[in-house]
Amino acid sequence: MEGINAKYVSQKISKTRWRPVSSSSLQQPDIFATGSWDNEDNKISLWSIGDNGVSGMDDEFEGDPQLVCEYKHNGDVMDLQFLDQDRIVTASSTGAVTIFRHNHNNQTLSVPQLWERAHHYPCGKAPCTGVVCNSPEIVTVGEDGRIILFRSDQEGVTRTIENADSSTIHAVTFLRTTEILTVNSIGQLKLWDFRQRSNEPSQILSLTGDRVPLHCVDRHPNQQHIVATGGQDGMLCIWDVRQGKMPFSLMEAHSAEMWEVHFHPSNPDHLFSCSEDGSLLHWETSSNSDTPSFLQGGRNASITSRSAIAPAGGNQSLISAWLTGDSGKGRLETTHMLPSQTLSVNSLDVLGQCLVCGTDGEAIYVNRLVPI
Amino acid sequence: NIQNQMCMLNNTFIFSNKYCDILLVRGCPFVHEVRKDEDICSPILRKLFNESHHIFVGLQGIRDDLPSKNKKTQFVSISKNYRSVIRACMEELQQVAGKVEGKSDGSNRKSSWRVSILLAVELIWNLCEVLFIDAAPAGSLLLHLLDWVRLHKADVDEKARDVLQSESPTEHQAYWDVVISYVLQGRMDEARQVLMKQAALQPAARGMFKLLDNLLIKMPIFNPSGAQTLTEFDVKWRHWHEEVDRCLQDQSFASNPHLEVICKILVGDEDVLLEHKELLSTWYHFLVTRLLFSHPIVKPTELHYYAQSSMHMFLDTRSVPEPLDSILLAAFEFDIHQVIKDCSIALNNWWFVAHLTDLMDHCKLLQSHNLHFGSNLREFLLLEYASGLFTHHSLWQLAVDYFDHCPEFGRVYLELQIERVPLDTERKALKVLRICEQRQMTEQVRSICKIMAKGALRNNRLGSALSWSIRAKDAAFATLISERFLQDYCANGAFSDLDLIDNLGSAMLLSDRLTFLGKYREFHRLYGEKCFSDAAKLLLSLMTAKIAPRTFWMTLLTDALPLLEQKEVIFSADQTHELMFCLEDLTSGNCLPKPDRWFPFLFQDEDIDTTKIEILRLALARNLAKAIVKEGTVEV
Repeated sequence: MEGINAKYVSQKISKTRWRPVSSSSLQQPDIFATGSWDNEDNKISLWSIGDNGVSGMDDEFEGDPQLVCEYKHNGDVMDLQFLDQDRIVTASSTGAVTIFRHNHNNQTLSVPQLWERAHHYPCGKAPCTGVVCNSPEIVTVGEDGRIILFRSDQEGVTRTIENADSSTIHAVTFLRTTEILTVNSIGQLKLWDFRQRSNEPSQILSLTGDRVPLHCVDRHPNQQHIVATGGQDGMLCIWDVRQGKMPFSLMEAHSAEMWEVHFHPSNPDHLFSCSEDGSLLHWETSSNSDTPSFLQGGRNASITSRSAIAPAGGNQSLISAWLTGDSGKGRLETTHMLPSQTLSVNSLDVLGQCLVCGTDGEAIYVNRLVPI
Repeated sequence: NIQNQMCMLNNTFIFSNKYCDILLVRGCPFVHEVRKDEDICSPILRKLFNESHHIFVGLQGIRDDLPSKNKKTQFVSISKNYRSVIRACMEELQQVAGKVEGKSDGSNRKSSWRVSILLAVELIWNLCEVLFIDAAPAGSLLLHLLDWVRLHKADVDEKARDVLQSESPTEHQAYWDVVISYVLQGRMDEARQVLMKQAALQPAARGMFKLLDNLLIKMPIFNPSGAQTLTEFDVKWRHWHEEVDRCLQDQSFASNPHLEVICKILVGDEDVLLEHKELLSTWYHFLVTRLLFSHPIVKPTELHYYAQSSMHMFLDTRSVPEPLDSILLAAFEFDIHQVIKDCSIALNNWWFVAHLTDLMDHCKLLQSHNLHFGSNLREFLLLEYASGLFTHHSLWQLAVDYFDHCPEFGRVYLELQIERVPLDTERKALKVLRICEQRQMTEQVRSICKIMAKGALRNNRLGSALSWSIRAKDAAFATLISERFLQDYCANGAFSDLDLIDNLGSAMLLSDRLTFLGKYREFHRLYGEKCFSDAAKLLLSLMTAKIAPRTFWMTLLTDALPLLEQKEVIFSADQTHELMFCLEDLTSGNCLPKPDRWFPFLFQDEDIDTTKIEILRLALARNLAKAIVKEGTVEV
């Protein structure tokens, strides 16, 4: 497990995100943003791991993250996304949604826009729990069960779906340009279509049996009907939103809440998940290789893969490896990415060959050689 | 956000919020912010707490069944890890202190004060590692002590660099100081290198320099992994010592006072050593140098005698020994408990003593020293440290692991403290809950879930409230929530939050009322989908299986009306009999049930109810007739 070291940063990290690299260049990402939580003064910070002139005084390890700039943040940083190369949107535990702008010349952050009480209760603050953007549109969800649509170039709110959910909405992601997916604390996956005027979800999917709260959701980058979710019991569920109301396969992943799940953006046979139990797993699937998994090197943990239903008929070539319910046909390997047990890993992000994650042990781990 | 605590002392008012206390003194225009433990708030020291927590948890995981030799190496490396963490923090603090030198406020003073505390702490820890954890025997003991001294007297190298980089090193005023300092630390090779510069400039005195050089090279150094035994080394050393003495007696270095001084040092002349107090700067340096040149095979048990005498010789007899001195002396006397006790008194934070004691306890160095409140020393210190961590708004998560490894009182402390963590967001509540659930603290789980559920209910988030009661398996609260739903239904005629009720799943079984709610909603759905016979069956079962509360039966019977009035026969004869039975049950004897506190409006008007009952009776009778006819008909 070379190439991964802890950097202690004196703040519990709730979110980390890579700054997007332009699709034309083949560069590896070099800047990431972090948000802190549970501090008197929370901050968002920008860090650099490249050597583009922002290196510190003692780089003991190559790629030791160096602080570029930071800015005070009101309330815990509940979610953080890059809107574009210069701007970051954050969701706060005070219910505010803030846009930060990074000024490259003097390496500072400023706040051009702030929606202060975006999420609220009739009397009191409601934390905003998730934010997702597709520039210039921003969608946020919160503990008040609202879904709010903003535009970064407009002052006010574009659209609010009041009482979208009677429980807390934990995460949101774009399915298509006009459709979003939300997950809530009674274990439901809801599809919303913004083209419809009604405030009802167009589809509701859930696991039968126990209503386990779901905490994170991510969509397959190429095949838009495949969605992965993780919840309170640490199970990884793969869903096909086109068919059925139940997940396609369930896999035991972690022994505690799964906080984030991400498909690799350019190589979606790889999936990453992190959890309250302090582990970060790298899932790799492929259905073409002939080599059985036990002949491969490295530290792999064998996992049980339980499929809920057999794969529906249809073109074999179009079915992604993730939807291969039978574990005999497909091959799934998991690897622990962190060297030892830590406190909860709250967030991870992966881009190219670089992985960054933040923990409750006030440490950031960066791995620049993820085997993809 | 000032919370409620306030107390008055004479003319002083004290308010406290979760971070600090605010002091207002009558007549004084200032507001004072008082914090209990300042160190915990320093961002650089936070790294110390987090990294050492990581090492601590790793240490607890070392298995007991490993052979003791392997364990010792592991413990030594863990000790080195702790020390490197301290050093890293110290260096960072020094950097910060350097940057703010211009500032006149107290922050610079605080940083440099913290640096000196950390320096002292690392010094003590290093000595404890050498003497207790590594437990070096005679021979290698001195080598370790030399390393210890060299590590903590790093300014020699700096001075040497200055001297050697100047235009004419031999003219530099610190030249001889550097040479002598190297000799005092036993670094003969470096000393010789610097001496060579002088030797090159004085060809006439070449013989003298060669002689000294020879003595320096030939000084025996014990090799612990070598084949040479201690006795052999001793013999060799004595020979060398005699040779040096002879050179002195022969006056070989008489013409050069500097070289003579060096020679006297080599022979172990204590008066000469004491003449170089500024170069030695500390009594323990003096101790180690003294041992190097007089008793290199000192045994651990003999150390304390030399330590005491060195301290007395070096220090001014009038001055009071500093706390650091008495701690080091206690260490040389192998009195671990005294070391811990003195450190606890001298330092304002339990971090150092807690971790050091824990490590030494793992090395089985502490006798089970039962303190009078039951737990042992290690546990007491860890509990104090962890309790301090719990007062911090962010570091409380670290404290949990420390409590876990205190077998006697850790759990109780944790139970008391974990309930006081403020729960601002659901995510934080989930983390706290996970901690409680992993340790089977059911009472705390229940109380936290109840707090969150009540909060959700107040904000009308019924789904959230329900998910919290499911987590706590709190049937009573689930009943409360269901009553709320039913209330809404009776008030509005329709269900709110259908997405929740329709998808209750197995959570329905948590409380009877919740089951009823789910089934009742199912009835409505079946009715909406026109599956009338299924709906009828369900409705009946709700009453006969006693799932529905009696107070709701009237509503259910009223719901049955449209089914009874259908042209097609839905309720069979038997079912109609059952319905009639239910109605009679409801209206017989004690007339109508007393107004329920949840459904008071159901029984407001007696007239309406009598009419309703009449209508029901009529409908039931008609349906019974139709049913009997239908069932009696035989197809020909």
